[in-house]
Amino acid sequence: MIKVVLPAHLKALAKVHGQVEVEVQGPATQRSVLDAIEASYPMLRGTIRDQATHRRRSFVRFFACQEDLSNELPDTPLPDAVASGAEPFLVVGAMAGG
Amino acid sequence: MTGVRVLVGTRKGAFILTSDAKREKWDISEPAFPGWEIYHVKGAPTHPDRLYASQSTGWFGQLIQRSDDGGLTWEPVGNNFAYEGNVGDHLWYDGTPRPWAFTRVWHLEPSLSDPDTVYAGVEDAALFRSTDGGQEWTELTGLRQHPSAPRWAPGAGGMCLHSIILDPRDAKRIFVAISAAGTFRSDDAGQTWRPVNQGLHSEGIPDPMADIGHCVHHIAMHPSNPDVLYMQKHWDVMRSKDAGESWQEISGNLPTDFGFAIDVHAHEPETIYVVPIKSDSQHFPLDGRLRVYRSRTGGDEWEALTAGLPQQDCYVNVLRDAMAVDTLDECGIYFGTTGGQVYASADAGDTWAPIARDLPAVLSVEVQTLP
Repeated sequence: MIKVVLPAHLKALAKVHGQVEVEVQGPATQRSVLDAIEASYPMLRGTIRDQATHRRRSFVRFFACQEDLSNELPDTPLPDAVASGAEPFLVVGAMAGG
Repeated sequence: MTGVRVLVGTRKGAFILTSDAKREKWDISEPAFPGWEIYHVKGAPTHPDRLYASQSTGWFGQLIQRSDDGGLTWEPVGNNFAYEGNVGDHLWYDGTPRPWAFTRVWHLEPSLSDPDTVYAGVEDAALFRSTDGGQEWTELTGLRQHPSAPRWAPGAGGMCLHSIILDPRDAKRIFVAISAAGTFRSDDAGQTWRPVNQGLHSEGIPDPMADIGHCVHHIAMHPSNPDVLYMQKHWDVMRSKDAGESWQEISGNLPTDFGFAIDVHAHEPETIYVVPIKSDSQHFPLDGRLRVYRSRTGGDEWEALTAGLPQQDCYVNVLRDAMAVDTLDECGIYFGTTGGQVYASADAGDTWAPIARDLPAVLSVEVQTLP
């Protein structure tokens, strides 16, 4: 199981507390993890990535293992520690707006 | 017992204010969707407990929420607003073409007869409709694909479709208004559209009398007289007596005819209300005095309504969707400010009192009169 930490607004929207866990088919990538998140929590469709293009929303960032993975390609494998469930995949609302 | 429910959209959440018919004591709900921009909340006329809310942020985009219990609980419904067909270009601020891009829903207008049918006016300007309670949204493409659309350009707040009026006499007639394209009318339930801006005069555009390009801020109608429309344009208050075919200025003796909000008394089709704002470069009341102006003659002759409103050091704005009326025998008038106050008058504007003082900046106000 892959652990995902959502920002507070999206936790409220999905009515979850703490981190969520999802199972992905095949390699753990941004795309497969987000596909699984949206399948489990359909109310999050469009809030993390565009519904048509699947591009990351500008003020959403992806962190894991102390690295910023926001600009990695969607099908790049996530770190082994994320794939194994040892470390969470962090969906972060960027600090912006003053 | 008869009561009133005021639906307030703000920069940081939605609030529901409730009172009995006396409209003296008000309860303010906890914020719904705290931290999110709520551009609009509106109830279905036939099912008052069915509410729709437009929820968005720059971080996480657009959501639509629906309530079936008058706002006690909410469920997110569909939020996929996809332009259909060739997206095309409109003009950008610098005059260059720019592809249509969805930003947010400004206004939700539930059907007058079916609680599951609701219209959404969006930025970049387009009209969507849902017939399943907001789950799926379909664009009414005839508007965005109007031949004039490549010449539409955004106002300062974005190229938003902010006003939707459904004609109670003719289910096929719809009016919309777009900043800064103007007013459009459909007579075939939204399939085809034409601009209805003849008589508007806007000195800020190359041809002041052009068929499109006018920065219409808001339009209003009284349901008993659907051929008469009232408009607060960027500058100028206007009236049409022929369903938008022609417009005449009715600014009359207003101290300034810039403003955003305009609405009509529930029982007097020729009694209208505006909140004059100093100018487009200074978005606050003239002389620091918050004054609602009322005309009982369909415009031209206006009286200032000041009792209970701050008459010094007031520098708030009243946005386009932030005024509404109830339908009690003595019509109540309501408006919200960018300073977070919601003012109400239970006597058609003669006297006012704040019913909320310290909300986030108010984006929209709607009122439901409950049986």
